[in-house]
Order: sequence, then structure tokens, then C-alpha cells
Amino acid sequence: MGASQTRLEHNYDDLTEKSGFSHEQIKNLYQRFQQLSGNNEKISRDDLERIPALNNNPIRKQIITAFFDKRNQHQNDVGSLDEIGFEQFLMVMSHFRPVNSKATEEEKATVRKQKLRFLFNMHDTDNDGIITLDEYRTVVEELLSQSGAIETEVARAIADAAMLEVASTNVPHMAPDDFYEGITFEHFEQILKGIEMESRMYIRFLDMNAATMRCGKLSS
Amino acid sequence: MAPLRRSSTLRLTGLLCLSFLVFFSRGFASHDVVSEKSSGTIQEDSHSQANSTAHKKTFPVLSFNYEHVRTPFEISLWILLALFMKLGFHIIPTVSHIVPESCLLIFVGLLVGGIIKATGEQPPVLDSNLFFLYLLPPIILDAGYFLPMRSFTENIGTILMFAVVGTLWNVFFIGGMMYAVCQIDAAELAHVDLLSCLLFGSIISAVDPVSVLAVFEEIHINELLHILVFGESLLNDAVTVVLYHLFKEFAHEQTVTVTGAILGVISFFVVSLGGVMVGVIYGIVGAFTSRFTSYSRVIEPLFVFLYSYMAYLSAEIFHLSGIMSLIACGVIMRPYVEANISHKSYTTVKYFLKMWSSVSDTLIFIFLGVSTVAGPHTWNWTFVIFTVIFCLVSRVLGVIGLTAFINKFRIVKLTKKDQFIIAYGGLRGAIAFSLGFLLDNGEIKNLFLTAIITVIFFTVFVQGMTIRPLVELLAVKKKKESKESINEEIHTQFLDHLLTGIEDICGHYGHHHWKDKLNRFNKTYVKRWLIAGERSTEPQLISFYNKMELKQAMMMVESGSAAKLPTIVSTVSIRNVQTKGAPKPSRAISKSREEEIRRLLRANLQKTRQRLRSYSRYELLNDALEDNISEARFRKQREMERRMSHYLTVPANRQETPPVRKHDFKMQCINQYNTFLFHTGYHKVYTYDDSESPRGRASPSCADDVSELKETPEKPDQSSTPRANRDAELKPKEQDDQGDQLKVSRCLSDPGPNPEDDEDSTFLP
Repeated sequence: MGASQTRLEHNYDDLTEKSGFSHEQIKNLYQRFQQLSGNNEKISRDDLERIPALNNNPIRKQIITAFFDKRNQHQNDVGSLDEIGFEQFLMVMSHFRPVNSKATEEEKATVRKQKLRFLFNMHDTDNDGIITLDEYRTVVEELLSQSGAIETEVARAIADAAMLEVASTNVPHMAPDDFYEGITFEHFEQILKGIEMESRMYIRFLDMNAATMRCGKLSS
Repeated sequence: MAPLRRSSTLRLTGLLCLSFLVFFSRGFASHDVVSEKSSGTIQEDSHSQANSTAHKKTFPVLSFNYEHVRTPFEISLWILLALFMKLGFHIIPTVSHIVPESCLLIFVGLLVGGIIKATGEQPPVLDSNLFFLYLLPPIILDAGYFLPMRSFTENIGTILMFAVVGTLWNVFFIGGMMYAVCQIDAAELAHVDLLSCLLFGSIISAVDPVSVLAVFEEIHINELLHILVFGESLLNDAVTVVLYHLFKEFAHEQTVTVTGAILGVISFFVVSLGGVMVGVIYGIVGAFTSRFTSYSRVIEPLFVFLYSYMAYLSAEIFHLSGIMSLIACGVIMRPYVEANISHKSYTTVKYFLKMWSSVSDTLIFIFLGVSTVAGPHTWNWTFVIFTVIFCLVSRVLGVIGLTAFINKFRIVKLTKKDQFIIAYGGLRGAIAFSLGFLLDNGEIKNLFLTAIITVIFFTVFVQGMTIRPLVELLAVKKKKESKESINEEIHTQFLDHLLTGIEDICGHYGHHHWKDKLNRFNKTYVKRWLIAGERSTEPQLISFYNKMELKQAMMMVESGSAAKLPTIVSTVSIRNVQTKGAPKPSRAISKSREEEIRRLLRANLQKTRQRLRSYSRYELLNDALEDNISEARFRKQREMERRMSHYLTVPANRQETPPVRKHDFKMQCINQYNTFLFHTGYHKVYTYDDSESPRGRASPSCADDVSELKETPEKPDQSSTPRANRDAELKPKEQDDQGDQLKVSRCLSDPGPNPEDDEDSTFLP
């Protein structure tokens, strides 16, 4: 425990630079990481699935997968990992940092793109660069999965309609025989233009040590 | 030719307005509508008396009895005047671009008051009772019912800071500074003591929701600023009420005690939280009642109005904050009531609220103008000018100081531009005047009233008129046109769940965690009690989807009935989007065969439709007019269909069309209509904000048109109806049809409201 801690301290600056969190925030997140992993070096999927609060979440599978997705590590890698270390944990979390309000328009646009990319990766499970109709259908079905017995027909109708909307906005004139392959990243950006991602997709990371009050418990 | 006509129309309208003014003011001159200050004899009155005292034994064929109907007659005259003025302003567009409506109305009030005074009568004054009990509630209810909950809850901290701390700062600053001013010998204000000054401060500090609404509605700034200023104006009512009563008590006693101060603080919490609680109780009761109103639909809107009004009055009984009670009632009631009441009732509620609040708003401003002319004034240059200055200064300082503090906790920080608009938008209005009017009579009261009126005039006229060019100048973000998109809805929900999940992984209870918990609580317990039938389990995404489809259907029909076909924005159809694996249509079917099949389908569906109509269970249907409209619609749709015909593909195994079951057709058709709608790429938001009846689904009836057959025939029941019970499916579909027909023909017979921005997001974002 002592050795890893000292090693971690050396890396604080490195981690701050890579992820953008402050030292305090990294410390808090590290404590949480320790909690989740049971003081191991790495977290596996089971560790995350054991969090009880996630049980009610309809898209928990996708969220957990996102943590183990190499594409979210800013490293142009593909595939998925079985276990992640603290640095990778931080990298995924850094997608949810709020954008600095003093940032320039360019920086905001970059952050926005990053966040949208994260979302896109969550939908595009086979990593072919487009969200096909089937993938989108899965998304909608998952979203509605917790709401009782919804017929798949409904989910499909909604997904179809959504797909059609994307197609109509982005490629307004298609001949009757053309086929719309799927939502590319550019189309994805276009369709979600209305939601200001940089100001919606964030959570507050604690600067203070409130997390220690719940130490010892894996659940939160 | 055209300019000549326009100028003559303008002149005519101006002449009409003027003549109405004179006419009405003559009518008003003979009375005082609200208080017993009526002076002057009424000529008609004396006339009738003269008649009765004359020795006429013959039976009066025609007699004149004005006294009988005097009060309602004059009330109606006033309201008519207000409405004509409103109409006039909209007919003359040039003026309304520069001057906000509220200014014009005050000006009209001044004119009317002037005319009345010129004829030697006493013009009526805005009675506080009338204001607080009759004129204010509709405006607040309208605001509260359509309050955008998402942005409100996201910014609730900021709003509360501004409302509570900001108002307190204003009160003490203005009160204190005015007392300092009163100490100046040259001002001759030595008789105004500290407590009176503080009382004055408490009256004048509160930002007024009526004025804010009136001005901000016309400038269309972005939602954040709008909700900040507006939310503040609503929530500061509690502070105002407490401080006003507190200082009035103190001024009466002429002493300030510590216990008094502590009681004041406690009283604040009691007033605000008590008000909210009263509102919540009435809201829940109202929602519960609406669960059973399906048995008598025509009285549904009344429940909404009455429960809200009762909430307001009940809160006023205990001197709690009536405004907060009203807002709470509207907010709580809305999602459940909307799910329960019929489409027509919803429209009624919406229209009535808008109508009443509009009339109230107009009347308030006119009365303000009249009261200005009427009231006894004590003009003291020093007092008035310093009041105006200090109001501005304290507002600016307050906003800057608070923002500096608040920005530490906000993620989306408030910029300097935002701060300026917030400070500049602190308008005072009729509430201040009415509160001042309630003071005990005396010289101080007149002094205060004069100052209050001056401040109101200054804020409404100067700030109201200049805020629009300033907004343009500073390039403040405007309200973005809300383009409802199912993708955005899907992703908003996805994002909510995602962020909740990340918070859970992070291990701290954040904003999303609690919101999620509240949603789940609402879904499992509350909805089941308060929403009738199956709507209680419907997830939000599906209701959103249904709503959207209905909107698009109605838009389609409207444009069709107006014989103005929509330009085809997008040629993308559902086929372009279907997965490759789906069976592609065989092009081997000849054109004639296509025609034949289409004709058969159409005929069958038409027959279906006529048959279905006879199964109707709603008494309000089977209107002959609707038949005619539907017929016209048929024809128009066929025309449109002909245009779109080149998109028709008939799937290979659809050739055995006739023996297919009736409701399969219907479903097929419904889905095709849906795709037909999306086909035209109609994405503009239609202002007709509808929710469906409890049993009807949103799928529009498409019995008249088959412009595109869906290519996935293996799903004959593909529809947006998630009912598990197939046997009962037929009947609900019939009601579907009836409901949809109703909606559609309602759409046709009703020209629709003006494109206003409504907030139609449901309670749980």
C-alpha cells in the first residue's frame, strides 16, 4: 500500500497533465479506485458490476463496456481490455470533466468533439465507424429495457424513425434505391448540435475528501 | 396602391382606437368600478329616476334601467377596452417593434385617465383587492404551469440566491440609503423615519413577474437568462411578503425587537415552505381528481383552474406566499394531469390560461396608467430621484456581488453580458404599486406611491424600451428555435442514465443520482396513483415519440387542407434506412398491378374507416362537419399521393392483399403514414402542443392515403401501440381512429395559436 502510494505521488503531475484533473481530484478518484478494486492494482468487469447502485441503470452494460474500451484511451487503439489500471480509469473519467468556462471557442469545440466521440464509441459496438440501424435499435431497446415489458416493435419503430431523421437531415436527397449505411461521426455531431455537450455532459468531481466518509464500503 | 391602402388602414385604425378611447372613458367616467369612491351622478341614473317619478301609469314598453347591470357592464367595458388596445397594437406593427406592449398600455391608461379627469370625474384606482385576487393569479398560473422545469431545477440554486439574498440586499440598501437621504435638511423629509424607509425599501425592491414576463417575452433571449430573471421574480414573493408585513408591524409599533427579527426569519421559512406545501397538496389532489375525469370530459379544465386558484386563496388565508403556492400547484399537477385529460381539454386549459393571463396583463398596465392620473401625489424631487438612482445602483451591485459568489459553484458561469442583462431586467411593476396602496393613509403613503410609480414608469419605459436594442447590441444569445428531434430526446435520456452511472461508479451522490432516484420514485409509486389506465407505465421516450408523430400528422393534414403542398425537403424514405438484410422489393410488379393494389387497399381502408366510426364510444364524435372535412382531406391526400407516387414500391408477397385481416391493414397503413410523414422531412415544430387521450395512440389514421407500403410485411402489427393484449386490440384501435380523426379535424377547424414559445417538456426531464 505504501509503495504504490509513493509511486502514485510521483505520477500525479503526469496524470494531471494527461487527464486534466487536479491533484485533489486524482486523490479522491484513487481512493474510489481502491475501493472498487479491493485494493488491487487493476479493476475487472466484475468489480464494476458489483456496484449495487448500477443495477437500476438500463444502460449499465454499455457503461461498463466503455471503461474497458481501448478507443476511449486517447491512443488510437481498438479492442477491449479485460482489466484496467488506475491511469486508464482516469482517462475514461476525464471525458466527464466540465469544460473550463474560460476556454476559447476552439477549445470548447475540441472538448465537445471528444465527448461526442465517447458517446459515439458507446453506440458503435463493432467499431466500423458508423452506427448501423441494428446498433441503434440496440441502444433504444436498452434504454427502454427497464421500463417494463415493452414490445420490441416499439423500440424498433423509434429507432427507425430516429435513423430516418438523421438521414433526412444529413443527406436530404437520396434516390429511392440508395441505402443509408449508418450514422457516421460527422452526422452524429450534426444531429446532436442542439444539445450543448460541453455543458451537459459532465459530473462534478470532488475536490475535497468527502469520499473518505464512506470508506470501507464497496457500495456507495 | 398598396402603400396608400396601408396608410389609410392605419389612419382608420388610429381613428377607431381614438374613438373607442373617448367612448369608453365617457362610459367609465360615470363610476368607479371597484372602490366606493364613486362620485358624480350618473346621468342615466337620474334619467331613469326621473322616469319613475313621472306620473306615468301606462305600461312602459321600453324602459331604461342601467343600475341593474352597472357593475358587470362596466367590467366588460374595461376588458373590451383592454382587448381593443391589444388588437390595435398588433395591427400597427411599426410601433410595437420599438415600444414594448406594456409601455403602450400604460400610455393608453394615462390617456383614459386623463380623459376621465378632464370630464371632471374621478378615475378608478387599481384596487389592491382586485389586483391580488383577480388580476394576478391568472398570470402566475400561466407562468407556473408552463415553467420549463429542466432549466428551472438546474439553476434553482442561483435563482434562490438572487431571489432571497438579492432582495434582502436591495431592501436594506435602498431603505438605508433613503433614510440617509431623508436626513438631508434641504429635502424636507425629516418626518420619514427609518422604519418607514425600510418599509418603502421592501415594497420597491422586488422584481415584478408581470413586467418581466411582458418585456422578456418580446425579446426572446436564451433560456438561461430568461429563467434566472423570471424565476427570481417569482420566488422573491416570499421575501417581499415577510418583509412587508414585518416592517409594517414594526412601523406600527415604532420599535424593533430582537425577538421580532428572529420571528421574522422563522416567518420567512414558514411563508415560503408553507406556501409550497399548500400548492403541492392541491396539486396532488388535482392530479388525483383528474384520474377520474374521463367520465365527464367537459369539466376537466375547470378542475385545473379551480384547484390552482384554491391553492392561491388558501395560501393567502394564512398569509403564506400565494405565488409560490400557485407555482407549486401548477408544476406538480401538470405531468399527471396532462397524461390523464383528453386532448381537447388540454388545448382548452392552454388557451384559457393564455387568454386570461393576457387579459390580466393588459388590464394591469392600463389600470396602472389610470391610477397614475387618479391618485393623490406628493411630488418630492429629492425623494423620487434618489429612489430611482438607488434602485438601479443596488440592483447592479447586488447582481455583481452575487454572481461573483455564485460563479464559484456554477459550472456554466455567468458572463458579464449575462450579469448585465440580469441587472437590467430587474423591472418593477404593479405588485409594488398594490403593496404601496395597502399602506395606511397619510402623507407618507402619497409620497411613497409617487416614488413607486416613478420607478415603475422608469423601469418599464426606459429599461423596457432599451433592452431590446441592447440585447441586439451586446449580441446576447437568443432563444434557439426548439426543433424537437427524436434523436435529441433519445440522447438526452441516454446522457441522463450515463451520467448517473458514472456518478455511481465515482461513488458520490451528485445531482444526477438524486434526480434518478426521484424519477424512479415517481415511476413506481406516484404515477400509479395519479395517472389513469395504462398511461401510468408508459416510458417517457414512447410518449415523446407518440407526441411527435401526432404533431407531424397534424402538420401534414393542415398543410394538405390548405391546398399548399409542402416542398419536399428530403427525399429520404424509410427504405433508404432499412438494413440490407431486409427483403428488397421486387420491381417486377407492373405499374397497372400497383395501381390496382393501391386502389384495393384504399377502398378497403375507407370501408374500414366507415365501419369503425359506427363503433364509436365518444359522444362528441360523429359530427357531420367532420365527415366533410375528412372527405376534403381524402381528396387532398390523394393529390399529394399522386405526387409522391414514384416512391411506391410494393413488396412481393403483398399480392394477396384483400384477404388480410382488417386491423393488419390499419397497422400497416399507420406505419406507412408515419413513413410518409417523415418522407417529407417535416421537422419544424408545430406549436400545437398535444398529448393524447388516455386510450388513443398517436398514430394518425391514414385510411385515405397509401402512398408508400412498408417493405417489411412480416410485421403486420408493427405499430407504436405497446399493448400486449391482442384481442382487445381492435377496440382500442377504433378509439384510436376516432381519437385521431378528432385530433385531425380539430386541427383543421382550429387555426391554431400564434407561434408562441411554449414549454412542453414534461416534469421529469
